[in-house]
Amino acid sequence: MDSPSKQQQNLKSLEKQIEHLETLAGDNKVALDQLHQLHEKVNALRMQVHSGMSAWQRTELARHAQRPYTLDYIDRIFTDWSEIHGDRAYGDDPAIICGMAKFHDEEVLIIGHQKARDTKQKVYRNFGMPNPEGYRKALRTMHMAQKFGRPILTFVDTPGAYPGLGAEERGQAEAIARNLREMARMEVPIIATITGEGGSGGALAIAVADRVLMMENSVYSVISPEGCASIMWRDATKKEVAAQALKITARDLKELKMIDDVVPEPEGGAHNDHDKAAAYLAESLTKHLAELRGKSISELKNTRYEKFRKMGQFFTER
Amino acid sequence: MAWFKRDNTELDPSGEKRVRTEGLWEKCEQCNHVIWKKDLDANLSVCPKCDRHFRIDAEARLNLLFDDAKYHLFDDRLYSTDPLRFTDTKAYSDRLRKTQESTGISDAIVNASGTIDGRPVIISAMEYSFIGGSMGAVVGEVITRAIERGAAERKPVIVISASGGARMMEGAVSLMQMAKISAALARLDDAGVPYISVLTDPTTGGVTASYAMLGDLNIAEPGALIGFAGPRVIEQTIRQKLPEGFQRSEFLLEHGMLDAVVHRKNMKSYISRALSFMQPSN
Repeated sequence: MDSPSKQQQNLKSLEKQIEHLETLAGDNKVALDQLHQLHEKVNALRMQVHSGMSAWQRTELARHAQRPYTLDYIDRIFTDWSEIHGDRAYGDDPAIICGMAKFHDEEVLIIGHQKARDTKQKVYRNFGMPNPEGYRKALRTMHMAQKFGRPILTFVDTPGAYPGLGAEERGQAEAIARNLREMARMEVPIIATITGEGGSGGALAIAVADRVLMMENSVYSVISPEGCASIMWRDATKKEVAAQALKITARDLKELKMIDDVVPEPEGGAHNDHDKAAAYLAESLTKHLAELRGKSISELKNTRYEKFRKMGQFFTER
Repeated sequence: MAWFKRDNTELDPSGEKRVRTEGLWEKCEQCNHVIWKKDLDANLSVCPKCDRHFRIDAEARLNLLFDDAKYHLFDDRLYSTDPLRFTDTKAYSDRLRKTQESTGISDAIVNASGTIDGRPVIISAMEYSFIGGSMGAVVGEVITRAIERGAAERKPVIVISASGGARMMEGAVSLMQMAKISAALARLDDAGVPYISVLTDPTTGGVTASYAMLGDLNIAEPGALIGFAGPRVIEQTIRQKLPEGFQRSEFLLEHGMLDAVVHRKNMKSYISRALSFMQPSN
């Protein structure tokens, strides 16, 4: 079977041909009717291709090289972006970016993993895999947002926290752990959006939020499908099966009540149209932020606590 | 007929010739010293020659810390419902059932209340022999309940970790337990109630990256493997051999990531001393 992007390309060329035929058909009612029916068939097929996408196919879309990254969204959704660097202890981690920005003329703090497209930039961004400094920078800027009562918007897109020697030496685990605890009691609204890959603890470390949204083709998981396959099946080629078994897609996680909302993507995926993807995301952020704005600090903290307290209660008591 | 062929088949080479010694002796993996099991038990499962701390189960942990080895178990009837219906080479539900039978507990965690030198405390101890001490919905819930009970009754909470991390077979559900427990710890912290994290061999992954590193004090047994990523994953990432002693308790102490490394025989007195610092005497 063709890959979903190939299938989508095929559909697109079919559509073009139909459009061309329409111009040829002119006023011929019968021909136009038939063409209209063809149009509907193509649309139905597109739905089928899309909803039939496997968890692994979505993983591939989530990792697509042309997928919009945090800075792409910042460009399109926000104004007055000013980056804030460094953890004031060891260094600046380019794999996580933090900064002030305006959203509909309101001040917000933005935190996001940052991936890159060319080799040099990829190395600079460490493929979006943060070191402890990244998480510590995120936390210190969150505290600043809290001090000045500004909402926090985070964008999650990482294969995971970097598993390196220096990261371990400098307390990767401690940095993540502290973020989880501090975000749970942050006194401003937080909205986290999984835009691409939600890689385990490295993702969660900036995603303990009042609202957790997932882009339609993003994934969120405790381990990569490849990692799971090599551990559980002792065979990394079983990644498709593992992806399915782990329930990592937006739809699966909405069903399991692990996330609050799924943000639609443009036809074929966010990589096809960055502007449209950003517009959909902005719409969703506007809606959720408005809902959170009206809440008092204690109400906000209590609902956030209850939300995570009740999450994933899959047990029986005998 | 060859003259050397044995025509008498009474001798059976596969028969037992040796005296059975299994279970009586144990070999220390660190110094190769062979220790009589009773000596090892008397020494709290620590090698008398090189001080290597052997892994011990949750029950032994409770016996070691609580006064007169007396305590009450609670929240011990929680069973996972297999949220993903996960099947790899075996069905997760079968794995669970078998492990429950072999360990006699419902999941990789035991909650207990009792006293340490007369001071009421709550201990949540992880059981490594239960699917590698991995954390799923049950472990997350049971630890959270211990923390909430500690906050409500104003009793110090001690969590003893021994875990490979999040339980893969429960996917994102196990990931979210990290957030849930950490949120409960934020409330315990706000309430001013002590929380001591004891890290034992091994403590890695999502457990280290949440409650194990969030203690008012984080203390570890000597020689315990403690880290975020597993050593093999790191070796594959950086493509070089890891230095000797990397990710062991002493290494973390040196890098400022642990408050103390405490010998098993001194663990109770250390905790007791810390609690008297943290709480007013009655």
